[in-house]
Amino acid sequence: MKFSEQWLREWVSPQLGVQGLADQITMAGLEVDAIEPVAASFSGVVVAEVIAKQQHPDADKLSVCQVNDGGAEPVQVVCGAPNVAVGQKVPFARVGAVLPGDFKIKKAKLRGAESRGMICSASELGLAEETSAGILELPADAPAGEDFRHWMGLEDHTVEVDLTPNRGDCLSLKGLAREVGVLNRLALTPPANQPVAATHDETFPVRVEDAERCPRYIGRLIKGVDVTAATPLWMVERLRRSGIRSIDPVVDVTNYVMLELGQPLHAFDRANLHGAVVVRLAREGERLVLLDGQEITLDASTLVIADERGPLAIAGVMGGEDSGVGPATRDIFLESAFFSPLAVAGQARSYGLHTDASHRFERGVDPEATGEAVERATALLLEITGGEPGPLIEVASEAHLPGRREVTLRSARLEQALSKALPGDEVLDILTRLGMEVRTTAEGWQAGVPSWRFDIAIEEDLIEEVARIHGYNLLPVRRPSARLALRPDHEARTPLARLRRQMVARGYQEAVTYSFVAPELQQALLPEAVSPRLANPISSDLAVMRASLFPGLIRALEYNLNRQQTRVRLFETGLVFRGELDELEQTPMFGALVCGSRYPEGWAGGREKVDFFDLKGDLESLIAMGGEQGAWRFEPGEHPALHPGQSARILHRGEAVGWIGALHPGVKGELGLKAEVFLFEVRQDALAHGRLPAFTPLSRYPEVRRDLAFLLGDDRPVQALLDCVRQQAGQWLQELRLFDVYQGKGVPEGSKSVALGLTWQHPSRTLNDEEINQLVDAIVAESHQHLGAELRG
Amino acid sequence: MDHLPTLVTEARQAIQAAESIAALDELRVRFLGKKGEITAQLKSLGKLPAAERPAAGERINQAKQALADELDARRQALSKAALEAQLAAERVDVTLPGRGQASGGLHPVTLTLERIEGLFHRIGYDVAVGPEVEDDYHNFEALNIPAHHPARGMADTFYFDATRLLRTHTSPVQVRTMKSQEPPIRIVCPGRVYRSDSDLTHTPMFHQVEGLLVDEDVSFADLKGTIEDFLHAFFERDDLSVRFRPSYFPFTEPSAEVDIQCVMCSGDGCRVCSHSGWLEVMGCGMVHPEVFRHSGIDSERFKGFAFGMGAERLAMLRYGVNDLRMFFDNDLRFLRQFA
Repeated sequence: MKFSEQWLREWVSPQLGVQGLADQITMAGLEVDAIEPVAASFSGVVVAEVIAKQQHPDADKLSVCQVNDGGAEPVQVVCGAPNVAVGQKVPFARVGAVLPGDFKIKKAKLRGAESRGMICSASELGLAEETSAGILELPADAPAGEDFRHWMGLEDHTVEVDLTPNRGDCLSLKGLAREVGVLNRLALTPPANQPVAATHDETFPVRVEDAERCPRYIGRLIKGVDVTAATPLWMVERLRRSGIRSIDPVVDVTNYVMLELGQPLHAFDRANLHGAVVVRLAREGERLVLLDGQEITLDASTLVIADERGPLAIAGVMGGEDSGVGPATRDIFLESAFFSPLAVAGQARSYGLHTDASHRFERGVDPEATGEAVERATALLLEITGGEPGPLIEVASEAHLPGRREVTLRSARLEQALSKALPGDEVLDILTRLGMEVRTTAEGWQAGVPSWRFDIAIEEDLIEEVARIHGYNLLPVRRPSARLALRPDHEARTPLARLRRQMVARGYQEAVTYSFVAPELQQALLPEAVSPRLANPISSDLAVMRASLFPGLIRALEYNLNRQQTRVRLFETGLVFRGELDELEQTPMFGALVCGSRYPEGWAGGREKVDFFDLKGDLESLIAMGGEQGAWRFEPGEHPALHPGQSARILHRGEAVGWIGALHPGVKGELGLKAEVFLFEVRQDALAHGRLPAFTPLSRYPEVRRDLAFLLGDDRPVQALLDCVRQQAGQWLQELRLFDVYQGKGVPEGSKSVALGLTWQHPSRTLNDEEINQLVDAIVAESHQHLGAELRG
Repeated sequence: MDHLPTLVTEARQAIQAAESIAALDELRVRFLGKKGEITAQLKSLGKLPAAERPAAGERINQAKQALADELDARRQALSKAALEAQLAAERVDVTLPGRGQASGGLHPVTLTLERIEGLFHRIGYDVAVGPEVEDDYHNFEALNIPAHHPARGMADTFYFDATRLLRTHTSPVQVRTMKSQEPPIRIVCPGRVYRSDSDLTHTPMFHQVEGLLVDEDVSFADLKGTIEDFLHAFFERDDLSVRFRPSYFPFTEPSAEVDIQCVMCSGDGCRVCSHSGWLEVMGCGMVHPEVFRHSGIDSERFKGFAFGMGAERLAMLRYGVNDLRMFFDNDLRFLRQFA
């Protein structure tokens, strides 16, 4: 909410500058976002009277005027505005004046006529955003010769305060003044507001069909208003300084009173009301054209103001076009109502609207100030538009009005909450100044909550109020104490932080990509993936939850390749989302991507491209941290995003936990990627799973090593041979090392040579040749029988 | 005649002229070997009269010893020269960079989250995590934000359907923890959160750390102490001014926004703090009784405080990053700066 400093000072004026005032209310929880001067800087402008006007002899659109600027002699000035007229009071920039934008006024000749100054429009003085059609006309009582800035009160500030949703009571000058009064122990000086005496007795039927949603409705007929009358400059200025544009006197007055008292008002054109004003829920499908011209279809949860023909307005949100006030309006029906917050809450948003009225009603408008606002608006309207006020028409349901709440504050509880015993007098004083009716009790205080405070219902609310007004920063500081209880720590688990650091040690940068990705990209990579789609994505390329870390990593790769980064090593950790909403799995994954050279470009080689086994080695180094390499397997598998000949399903204890492979050439083509890309992703819980180190005694007896080279069919995975060898090698096998894989000269077409080094050792004796030979024979026989492997000579 | 002196001279010259260990070995054999020329002299002693033999023998032995010493000396000189030549030949330019994989680095958000977790973990907080696709109940209802509450407008929520959404804060983890655990509770909950907002200073995803402490006799003073200590520790500045400004969160009461003296200008006023000298860094408050009620904790017996902060915001202040969006571009030139 924006308000004018001067306007506030009419209600309450503490001995503080504008910054001091802003700091004070900020520290009371009404956060000031901005303080702006209400007018740009200018000088040399005075109030003047146009005393003569003649047509310029040589220019149709110019007139030559004589103005009285308070000096001894009239000043001649050439003016191009169509609305300049003799007898007007105008802002006049004398020669030597400097207008906003550093525009200096000099003596000039316009088509031969001398001009000593300039009659200004509102926009030329920075008082209107849009370019004004003519000069700014000042009221007749403006004193010629007076400094214009001073006379207009332009040494003022617009203060913008960002109110939290609980403080709807501060969405008015009255509410803000109340708060400033509390903070400075000052009484308020509100503008006079007396009930207006009716000058006729005509009323209009009002029927409230939903008293729960509308516990109080007040209307008044004002007959014979002149909507073409001009809103007085002071009101236009106050509205402008509050960020509201002047429209016509009726709208301006309703806005003004809303700003002043916090009560939204609405004016209907009496001529367009038929039968009765009815406050009721809309009927499903009823249509309404709103003031802003858009037509909406109402649903049955929306409270409307209707007449016998149909809906006229969404209650507390926005009026309708057809019943609105226009230049031809003669009689108006002024509405001031209390709609319950729940009746309005969410309604505006459900129609894509947000209005000053809905903003206030959702947060709570003082139900005891409904009448006050009508009286104030009536009085202002009569001053501007004239007219004959009728009596107030009030329909209220006491049973549905928010009752007076009583809240207890126990002094022991207050002391416990703040670790400070505040003097009882101070607590009493704070609560009383906040408008509460306070009774001191044996335990503490009993507070009657004022009708404007919708946010106070429980003891904690009062504790907060006391703390807030006392000052948070005056409250004590202490450190919590707690029992020094040890908590369990699972040593076998590898923390994610260690896994991350392992990747860092192997040259990877950690990426953080959005959890929502482009549906097309996910579709291209994982055509069968099902993951939740956002109903309201921020853009179409962030519309679906990632079912894999691959899309984000690939996007990050593209981003870097487009910036001449050819060697990319990235990893990411985070949730992936799989399945329909009802059986959604949110699984923490660990993923990585490599592209480019094996090592950073350097003098010592390593410029060869990374391949599958580089990435697999990095993943194996993560696996090794758990100490359970044997629990892991890589088996050839097909994944839509991966090269079918270079991809493996990753198994942990027999369960599929991830994938590793080269990005599929087809997918690469679709994405326009040229370089080879390798990726893996694997479940974090599998990587975290490890074993406790368990000591095995060291043998004092010699090791026996045999190297065996097999010819193995190309279609046979090496893993099968390793499994077979391990199975036959007996319990004393210490190590099985694969030290060469060779294809080419000397190896038959369709085969590969696989060289294995086997090391045996017995814990308590020396192994003899014969038993080793037997094991080797068994290995050779079994691998031949099951895998067709031949021992090379 | 006695040609020993000639022989010795000849041998000496040969030794001095030798340029390799092999040549020296040959000379040793030639002069001092079993069939060597000096050895031959000894063998010819028998031809001398018995009276001359001792003296002649001694002369020969002396010559032999002298030559042996000379051979050793020459050998040492040659090996020394050879070693020096080898060392010279094996010199490398030690200023060349080392070989192999260069280290990568952690993302600045991870650095920040780990730092925050670490500070709290050391004083007895556990790390708790929760789902990111949340339901309306945990993200709003249980945190005292019923449907149509104006506070729902404070966070633009990403929805999947009427009740399922992306969590807008890490606060649902509070609720989940309080429902499953008895007080005392001390947790920090780091994680991704989502809001439908994207401009210079907002990204639709960012990271928060939520903290929660529930115990008997916890007061606003404990909250103030914890936050102040944390901010001093995080920024490694014991003199950093911290202030608590009344604010509103539906799930805490009293609630506060926490401002620190601007770390960029030390409070003098700059672009980063909008010339106010203060930076808003986190929100906090005492757990609202309604939240305790939803979690089944007796609010008469237990009290608690909660706080929440944005990791990117703290990372920006700590490392001087001036553009929030860079955190999610994953530009290697950016990421490498945090190694």
